[in-house]
Amino acid sequence: MKCSEFLQELTNYLDGALDDRTRSELEDHLAWCHNCYVVCDTTKKTIEIYRDSQLYELPDDLRGRLRTAIIAKCKAKRAGPEKV
Amino acid sequence: MGTIQPRVTEPVSDEMALVQAAKGGDVAAFEELVRRYDRNVFRIAQHITQNREDAEDVVQDAFLKAYENLKQFQGQSKFYTWLVRIAVNEALMKLRRRRPERMVSLDEDVKTEDDSVPREVADWSPNPEQQYSQAELHEILSKTIQGLPPSFRTVFVLRDVEGLSTEEAAEALDLSIPAVKSRLLRARLQLRERLSRYFQKNGGDATK
Repeated sequence: MKCSEFLQELTNYLDGALDDRTRSELEDHLAWCHNCYVVCDTTKKTIEIYRDSQLYELPDDLRGRLRTAIIAKCKAKRAGPEKV
Repeated sequence: MGTIQPRVTEPVSDEMALVQAAKGGDVAAFEELVRRYDRNVFRIAQHITQNREDAEDVVQDAFLKAYENLKQFQGQSKFYTWLVRIAVNEALMKLRRRRPERMVSLDEDVKTEDDSVPREVADWSPNPEQQYSQAELHEILSKTIQGLPPSFRTVFVLRDVEGLSTEEAAEALDLSIPAVKSRLLRARLQLRERLSRYFQKNGGDATK
């Protein structure tokens, strides 16, 4: 497998969506190509850091206010659009 | 090197019952759907709009629109995928309003040079995120993802943060599967590249 082919398969590899043969070829490539190994490893870390970061969590107080507003509007809609 | 483990999602077995009840006018059932997905919608909205007030508006507008259009939801897809589609559209509309000078489109296929493997890449420290406080880390992650085109960060947040499958993301964004995969690869590589500045071994530099 060449470096360019590795890149084409990277997303499928990280998602666990490769067939056994392609995955094995890709892992052989990673065993000797340090550059691609680092790209693969740090891309995986990038995804994990974003996923685990709790960036943009909805604070409880805001969550309550938004839900109250949403439900009030839904009830108004149900009662009739002219009341909105 | 293993694969990425998807986020654990809540069971959806009783979801159709909630949707059916909400369709019949049961606001409490709809409130349960709001509780189930409001955090996800907020996260998606803030990733796309990069603006807290806009994200709050998107949460309200998306759920209200979902409620008004529940009858059109036929259950061929998951309720969540359908809701995400509405939320993404609302978020993109907000973005367009704030940046009328720039066309904001999911079809935007930004040409980059990362179709070739990056060269001379620096390895990262073993636990790079631990070099920073949570507040610093959030600032780094936020600043980094802001630099991506909206179409890239939208695909990234749906696939990698929210854990939608490629098929679900394609459905929610009205994109082909190859288009989702192509944008996801570019988004991942661009984020990796930008984060390297902070996380590489021997001298991550957060001052730039």
